[in-house]
Amino acid sequence: MKFTIGAAFAALAATTCMTTSAAMAETIKVGLLVPYSGVYAAMGKEIEDAFMLGLETYGKEVPGVTFDVIREDDEMKPQVGLAKTKKLILQDEIDVLTGIVSSGVTGAIRDTVHAAQVPMVISTSGNDEATGAQCSPYITRIGFSNQQVNRPLGTWLAEQGVKKVYTLAPDYAAGKQMTQAFVDAFKAAGGEVVASEYTPFQKTQDFGPYITNAKASGADAVYAFYAGGEAISFVKQYESFGAKAELPIYGPGFLTSQLYLEAEGAAAEGIVSALHYVPTIDTPENKAFVEAFKAKSGHLPSEFALQGYDAARAIIEAAKTGATDRASLAAALPKVAFTGPRGALTIDPATNNLIQPIYVYEIVKGENGATTQKVIATLPASADPANGCVMAAN
Amino acid sequence: MPIDPGFWVLQTLNALQLSMLLFLLSVGLTVIFGLMHFVNLAHGSLYALGAYVAATVAGLAGFGAGVVVAPLAVATLGAALYFLLIRRMRRAGPMAQVLVTFGLIFVAMDVTRMFWGDLPMGISVPAWLNGQLDFLGIEYPAYRILIIVLGLITLAALTLVLTRTQVGAMIRAGVDNDQMAACLGINVERMFFIVFVVGCALAGLAGAIAAPVLAISPDMGLQILIPTLIVIVIGGLGSLKGAIAGSLIFGFVQTFGAVLAPSLASILIYALLAAVLVLRPAGLFPTKG
Repeated sequence: MKFTIGAAFAALAATTCMTTSAAMAETIKVGLLVPYSGVYAAMGKEIEDAFMLGLETYGKEVPGVTFDVIREDDEMKPQVGLAKTKKLILQDEIDVLTGIVSSGVTGAIRDTVHAAQVPMVISTSGNDEATGAQCSPYITRIGFSNQQVNRPLGTWLAEQGVKKVYTLAPDYAAGKQMTQAFVDAFKAAGGEVVASEYTPFQKTQDFGPYITNAKASGADAVYAFYAGGEAISFVKQYESFGAKAELPIYGPGFLTSQLYLEAEGAAAEGIVSALHYVPTIDTPENKAFVEAFKAKSGHLPSEFALQGYDAARAIIEAAKTGATDRASLAAALPKVAFTGPRGALTIDPATNNLIQPIYVYEIVKGENGATTQKVIATLPASADPANGCVMAAN
Repeated sequence: MPIDPGFWVLQTLNALQLSMLLFLLSVGLTVIFGLMHFVNLAHGSLYALGAYVAATVAGLAGFGAGVVVAPLAVATLGAALYFLLIRRMRRAGPMAQVLVTFGLIFVAMDVTRMFWGDLPMGISVPAWLNGQLDFLGIEYPAYRILIIVLGLITLAALTLVLTRTQVGAMIRAGVDNDQMAACLGINVERMFFIVFVVGCALAGLAGAIAAPVLAISPDMGLQILIPTLIVIVIGGLGSLKGAIAGSLIFGFVQTFGAVLAPSLASILIYALLAAVLVLRPAGLFPTKG
């Protein structure tokens, strides 16, 4: 928070006129920490575009408050993310930190952010720990958590009559968290998991051996989590084996994210997955967002875009309460609630984790020949278990 | 443990498919090394470029055109690379070569990003390659069979050229002892050029045929580099036989490791690499000289 001369006059006027603090000319410094380099650059750009769109759209609700966004590239590397976080906190003196895609970066910067008492809005990373055992009064999640997407799908899938499932995921933290959340819910609902295989993360070129195994396993369906390039390879290779008719694929929706649908082409048709956002959600809020985002960046928003947009909205909602500095933003952020493009959002006070509806959707052929997401069920919002979170007093 | 014989046939085909893909890549790299003693770490980038060119051309003129144009385009680039960089670096020693070609990887990655964007691309194959073929009573993806067949054809052609033609004899002479070959009147420099360009073309071909199976992304060259290096180190630097053996070993260990010992899948091949380096430091089929 920095006062300009104008702001100082405004503050003077405010004290004499007894107006509310929100009417003052204040600047909130926002640190946006996302990957801008290498293969993740597309994701960083997507988040930034949407974040700026969110500020433009909702900024007018807090007249007098301007947002100074300082961008940093974490390169998806924990050590780089930590160095950039320290720079943002110590040198740029940011009031709030947002972005953060990699779960590794989240884990690396958690203690620094907590100790510096800088509020952090996690927009993308799904790391369960950040609102579990590693939770902090300064950390608020506005994107999704790994278990949030997978747990309801486990129950839903068992209700659809799918009895036996073969799971596949890359061998790293998110792969395990997602699979485990699904397996627990699916088993609790009476389902059986035939086998859970983990493929070497980012080292697997050929999924053929696993697909062949899944076909021979006697399962009714495959439950798969893959993201990015691995999702594209997996979906295309699965299709080439012609296995989808007898062995349909289900999974968290990163498998068929809007970002990768075009590359996957017809191979993605028929895959049923669940996510907290798809651009085809039929609400006025979402239609307005999709139109605005398309006008700005030329393509449909992915879940990464939506998360950036909602992170901006959350910071503005907090500012609406009069919060402008680290302490007041940290107190206000966990209390925000609003209805955005993905529906009604609230924050669970026990963990500062988001509570949001989950959409089950199928990939179908759209009007112009390209594939699109058809929402087939909306699963009600439910809070994640605390997972070892003991929230300290702010 | 699955005992269905069809299962073993399928997994063997999977292993062969991976082997053939790696063979196309590693054979170019290993022969370039054997002949020129030049370590070209940017070989993977040429493969990525092949995939991008194939995707672009396939979008305009069909998949077949993409597979034909990609190797030619990559070979042309290889020729340019040879005159601009490789020829000067020939005598610079391995450390300088490794550094320069390693730097090239990142240049190539950012250049592909500039031209084709950050998002992964897809490429679709003709309908007749999209289905499955009946193979020994089991269904197997037609496209994977095409990869195996293409790999075997390349293997046969290379073997024929290297063992039965005069050019092949000259190349083998150059690999064994380039100074002696030059004394015997062989234009070693021109041969280097031909081998380098053919190696690049094979990398381009590998990229083009891998494109429909994998995600075409700027880092695909970097991802394939380590497996390729493992193949040539296991097989023995510079030898054709080594590239064949190394590819087959990698493909089978990776595939059957994934199926039979999934928890060990990611370390098996590295363990094998370490064992080979300890027991046969020059690889399984080292070149003489």
